[in-house]
Amino acid sequence: MSVKDIISKICPSATFEEGEILLANVPAGDWRRLAEALKSNPDLNYDVLSAVVGMDWKDSLGVVYYFTCTSRNWEMLTVKVAVADRENPYIHTVSDLWKVANFQEREVYDFFGIKFIGHPDMRRFFLRNDWKGFPLRKDYDADPKLNPIPESDEKNEDNTMSYVEDAEGLIKAIPSKVFEEHDYVMNIGPQHPSTHGVMRFRVALNGEEVKKIDVVSGYIHRGIEKLCEGLGYPQLLHFTDRMDYMSAHQNRHCLCACIEKALGLQVPDRAVVIRTIMDELMRISSHLLAFGCTAMDLGATTAFFYGFREREMVLNIFEKTCGARMSMNYNVIGGVIADLHPDFVKDVKEFLEVMPKALKEYHTVFSGNIIAKNRLHVGKMTKEEAINYAITGPSGRGSGWSNDCRKKHPYAAYDRVEFEEVLEEGCDSYARYMVRMREIEQSCKIIAQLIDNIPEGDIRAQVPKVVKLPAGHWYTQVEASRGTFGVYIESDGSKNPYRVHFQSPCFNLVGVMDLTCKGHMIADVITIGAALDFVIPDIDR
Amino acid sequence: MKYNMFDFSVVTNWFNNLLTGCMPEWAAILVECIVIGVVLLAAYSVLAMFYIFYERKLCAYFQCRLGPMRVGPWGLLQLFADVIKMLIKEIISLKGTDKFLFKLAPYIVVASSVVMFACLPWGYGMQMINYNIGIFFILAVSSLGVLGILLAGWASNNKYSLVGAMRSGAQMVSYEISMGLAIMAIVVLAGTMNINELVLQQQNCWFILQGHIPAIIAFLLYIIAATAETNRGPFDLPEAEHELTAGFHTEYSGISFGMFYLSEYLNLFIVSGVAALMFLGGWMPIHIPGWDGFNAVMDWIPSIIWFLLKAFFISYIIIWFKWTFPRVRIDQLLAFEWKYMMPFALANLVLMAVCVALGWTF
Repeated sequence: MSVKDIISKICPSATFEEGEILLANVPAGDWRRLAEALKSNPDLNYDVLSAVVGMDWKDSLGVVYYFTCTSRNWEMLTVKVAVADRENPYIHTVSDLWKVANFQEREVYDFFGIKFIGHPDMRRFFLRNDWKGFPLRKDYDADPKLNPIPESDEKNEDNTMSYVEDAEGLIKAIPSKVFEEHDYVMNIGPQHPSTHGVMRFRVALNGEEVKKIDVVSGYIHRGIEKLCEGLGYPQLLHFTDRMDYMSAHQNRHCLCACIEKALGLQVPDRAVVIRTIMDELMRISSHLLAFGCTAMDLGATTAFFYGFREREMVLNIFEKTCGARMSMNYNVIGGVIADLHPDFVKDVKEFLEVMPKALKEYHTVFSGNIIAKNRLHVGKMTKEEAINYAITGPSGRGSGWSNDCRKKHPYAAYDRVEFEEVLEEGCDSYARYMVRMREIEQSCKIIAQLIDNIPEGDIRAQVPKVVKLPAGHWYTQVEASRGTFGVYIESDGSKNPYRVHFQSPCFNLVGVMDLTCKGHMIADVITIGAALDFVIPDIDR
Repeated sequence: MKYNMFDFSVVTNWFNNLLTGCMPEWAAILVECIVIGVVLLAAYSVLAMFYIFYERKLCAYFQCRLGPMRVGPWGLLQLFADVIKMLIKEIISLKGTDKFLFKLAPYIVVASSVVMFACLPWGYGMQMINYNIGIFFILAVSSLGVLGILLAGWASNNKYSLVGAMRSGAQMVSYEISMGLAIMAIVVLAGTMNINELVLQQQNCWFILQGHIPAIIAFLLYIIAATAETNRGPFDLPEAEHELTAGFHTEYSGISFGMFYLSEYLNLFIVSGVAALMFLGGWMPIHIPGWDGFNAVMDWIPSIIWFLLKAFFISYIIIWFKWTFPRVRIDQLLAFEWKYMMPFALANLVLMAVCVALGWTF
């Protein structure tokens, strides 16, 4: 029985759209029943919730879910759930089935005002609790008088809400508290040396032991998704470099690939190879930063400088070709913006010489150190939990979950190079750290295979002056430095996108902080955070 | 006297005679106390400045950097710039702090380290007090410093400070035991607690060689415990920059922060000085019995230089620790002390006693 048949059996009123990914339109009333089946029915078995996209179709509000089935060769499924009521839109939660939905649904609530029935903690995620309106709705009033710049401190909001449906279908709001009354709550962030950006954790402590972590996000949220709706496609590109700035090339690669897919554009082979090399250099630079920061967060300041010494070489390579060391703005629709610098091949080869020796040094000075090992063996996350929380990238692979997009659905030039997907079975911070260190070797291997075989030819395809996407929606994933990065574009055929959603890996990473830190000490919160290696601008898009 | 060094007591005696010649004895003692106090404080601050520069340069070289280079040749004037900056910065007073204790805390920390500083034997005849239980006195005073840290943490009305101070309390109380036991091993060997006598007994052979195996173990235990006592990496949990921003001194600014900073570096010098005294002969030059020419050359180097060089060498090792190792966690720190260090130090003390009783020493 095909997936379509099973879904129609559970939910007879579902309608389907064929395409790259099968799409099912499901009425809100049937959604919960279908969700349970998607998770537990062995013939469906969609174990990963890849993306949750809030939508405003003007006549209705809704959510687009992207599911992945790991056991059937990463087959994906899209489910659209819509509600017509704009005043009090309710959709059933799936946060108990796929834990990753916890924060995702809070984001949707924050921006679209859709309340999820059964969600344990229905607070805003990014905006202040006193914010008026839901910014990503199409009828949002952006008048600054409604939301003036606040002159008072934001109160710590301990009140939260959950919505429960009783037997008659009536929805009741049940207030609750985030922390218990006598909890000793310590504040870590938003200004703190080790939160790697402007992230804030409120940590309930029992002595030095962590009881609960409440993630307070949004301090540098820039509303990129909203901004995108007012800009043309080539103008969108520069945002991606500013999300996870350590995966600038991969993120932009993903957005370009999504637009190219929609346009049906063929990227010249030279650009494909250049993109692949740049992505891998970016990954090395990101992992070197992760190494340095992990070491520094553990107090080994010297190792930090060692990591940065090699990272400098990568940044110099970027600077020569892209003209910038950060926010490179290198990929464009159809290819890359500029040809490689004449020194590029020489510089990269020099770097490939240096890197293996440097890795050995890192292992001597830090990885092999007994204190580092004892400190890093914290933050257990089993493979099942990693899948449930959709922890992709090195952090997920540290739990033994094979989830590398470059292997699962090869894009760019990854199908013509040989490399190994790095997996570690330790399931703890040390495993996550070691995955990164070993991935540097693999990235070097990929670059070494491509660097002598960069084909001649154009660096970008011919693209119309005004880029207009046909009406429709597309979802593309690439393997960014920290996990699977996804771009969702919905177009109504005009020169501006109707809706753009960025599914960033770090958003999911911060979702496991509470899970992994519980029962550990304050010092371990920092260690676990460092080994998960989230980048805040990627969460606060 | 087998050694032929310049005896600094010549100078002190001359000064004493000069004063008693022109004023009553009580006035002479008063003047001497004031002069010694001023010299002491001056030496204290100069050494602290030197240590800040020393550590900055050392850590820079460990980290493939040059360190401060802009102000003055090799950045030498950087220290003065830093000190002036620290002196003229505002001392911010905060809401909700215990004003009196908040201001008192840095003085307690500095006072305890100045008193320890005063007990060190600087050179031949160059010692301010000579107690018969000198080393015991140093140990006793060193444990006062933690009081200041606890007060600072409590009075700051800040959760980071409080956690840092509590960690500090647990850590210092624990590691004092190993430190004391390591020093006790040498006291057993020497049979005295008088600092002057301890140095004189090492004129032919340093204690670390006299006591061979148990003395070397005691030395290693002492270095580890001393690193923890001075709150330095890998045991810098009370500050733990990456967890608690600055731990117990998070809320301090200006010179009241400067005092913590100062005493931290001076404590490093003091524990190094005590290590030099207990294990490496204090100000006593290297003497090899029978090699009279060699001994004469060694004696020619002033005793204060010997002392300082030995102390700087041990500080170098402790700084090296800090810039190499990651920080341990509080439970690991305490487990390490109570499960390994202390039993080991106790066993070592017994071993030393057996060696001394059976005469198995050099």
